[in-house]
Amino acid sequence: MAKFEGYKDIYVFVEQRNGVIANVGYELISEARKLVASIPSMGFQVVGVLLGHNIKDQAKDVIAHGADKVIVCDHELLEGYSTQFYADALTQIIEEFKPDSFLTGATVLGRDLAPRVAARLDAGLTADATKIEIDLTKVEDGEALLLVTRPTFGGNLFGTIVCPNTRPQMATIRPNVFGMDPADESRTGEIVEFAPKFEDTDAKVVVKEEIKKVVEGIDITKCDILVGAGRGAEGCLDMVKAVAEELGGAMCASRAVVEDGFADKDVQVGQTGKTVRPSLYIACGISGACQHVAGMDKSDMIIAINRDPQADIFSIANMGFVGDVNEILPLLKEEIIAAKKA
Amino acid sequence: MKIIVLVKQVPDSTEIRVDKVTGTLIRAGVPSIINPDDLAGVEEALKIKETTPDVKVTVVSMGPPQAKDMLKELYARGVDECVLISDRAFAGADTCATSSTLAAAIEKIGYDFIIAGRQAIDGDTAQVGPQTAERLNIPQVTYVDQFIKVTEDKLTVRKSLEETEEIIEVKLPCLLTTLSGMNTPRYMNCNDIVDSFSKEVKVMTFADLDIPKEKVGLAGSPTKVHKTFTKDVTAETETYDLPAEEAAKLIAKTLKEKQIITK
Repeated sequence: MAKFEGYKDIYVFVEQRNGVIANVGYELISEARKLVASIPSMGFQVVGVLLGHNIKDQAKDVIAHGADKVIVCDHELLEGYSTQFYADALTQIIEEFKPDSFLTGATVLGRDLAPRVAARLDAGLTADATKIEIDLTKVEDGEALLLVTRPTFGGNLFGTIVCPNTRPQMATIRPNVFGMDPADESRTGEIVEFAPKFEDTDAKVVVKEEIKKVVEGIDITKCDILVGAGRGAEGCLDMVKAVAEELGGAMCASRAVVEDGFADKDVQVGQTGKTVRPSLYIACGISGACQHVAGMDKSDMIIAINRDPQADIFSIANMGFVGDVNEILPLLKEEIIAAKKA
Repeated sequence: MKIIVLVKQVPDSTEIRVDKVTGTLIRAGVPSIINPDDLAGVEEALKIKETTPDVKVTVVSMGPPQAKDMLKELYARGVDECVLISDRAFAGADTCATSSTLAAAIEKIGYDFIIAGRQAIDGDTAQVGPQTAERLNIPQVTYVDQFIKVTEDKLTVRKSLEETEEIIEVKLPCLLTTLSGMNTPRYMNCNDIVDSFSKEVKVMTFADLDIPKEKVGLAGSPTKVHKTFTKDVTAETETYDLPAEEAAKLIAKTLKEKQIITK
């Protein structure tokens, strides 16, 4: 006998803007697949929830990315994002289908929508999770309790949050925290259409104009190689950039460097900046404060260069070099050029 | 026009350290500050007050009695009224219970619109603003980085998204969440500092609110803290103390082996 009768499956909100599905939805579906695989006796499915207008055709992509079932809610009021109409539709879907847990990307949209829906349902919502597991000790009682871990106090402390008494268990997760499995077009699944009922169709919020932000430089969250500058590298930022360029990557920076005015907020990595997971992260003169590490510790390989042998960055690096970045970086640049020729 | 600004007193998280033995926060000596996103909201409200007739700015905070000092500081910046919602019954509240409590107090105070900071630097959830709007059944605009126009029945604001900005019109009453960095908060004014000594912070307790006990504090919080811990060391680390030339050579050699450096 399940503890929460009628609640089942792990649901993922599949965010789209202008008909383009954001990767974060697929990352969460990939992670949800691992979660359901850890509890086979529960018989849970992974269910994608897709809201929008003229988006039915995209449901098969959601299945190709790992969903067993997709609930599609196609309505003209859902054409562009609206807190009001999206919250109404999503609440109705949750009340109808009773998800055991519900995951949403911690994007600007997800952080606008999920709290609103959670409050309406009096459901527990954990923000910005970096790790999700299921408490396997409770599975034999028919309960899939999510253990949701998140950084707090600027990344200085981690907390694992649970919602033992309410369903669905809701959480938001930042983009890039989980990896995305490749699409498999041969996968099959069920597509269910859901018709929402809007009691109040008068829009209280109207978007009058949309302006593209001028992005200087590149999006570091999409870079495969990053060379990060900390305060210890403020004297040789040109060299950090040069090494990044030689490797075909980009420079990013710690909060200190951004606050000191040496780098743009757009390239800041960490709890208050962006989360990155490149194949290679070279940390130059970065002490390894939790707040920075929270944004880059999922990188495949981390090389750290720091003068202080006690620097915290060495504890998370795969290779650590005690030394002065001002000396090592110019030599490294030459070595990379030489290695390319060899 | 009545503007309510929600503020939170937070520890300066850039100064917080963790006791590596016990895994707990070392709070001693860590200064408390007004949450930066909230302070930006206070500044916007004060700017609106300067340019719009008959605006009253009320700051509302929920927290322990010590938060009074922070609110007194806001009198010195020029706000009209400060309300502290404080009661042992509210202890242990998550965002769900906090938003229920704030909404109950806000109903009593009255408002045309509400400004809340996007998120607090101690919890970073960004949930209390939208959840309070939900409890009050009013529209919201989150991630606001500019107030463009304020009229009696609607606001025009700019919302900052990942890759775009949106110019948005929202009907009153509503709730907006603001981003630090959208303005430079003013300093306290000498006359207002003197005046602030005689101004009282109004305190509202559980008894002052029309809210059932099971909606507040720990009882009203669906999320529970299962455990807290400091970061585990996960990676296998090899640390080298080599002359610069050798360090550079070893890095390049490793990257070549891993086929990160290719021709």
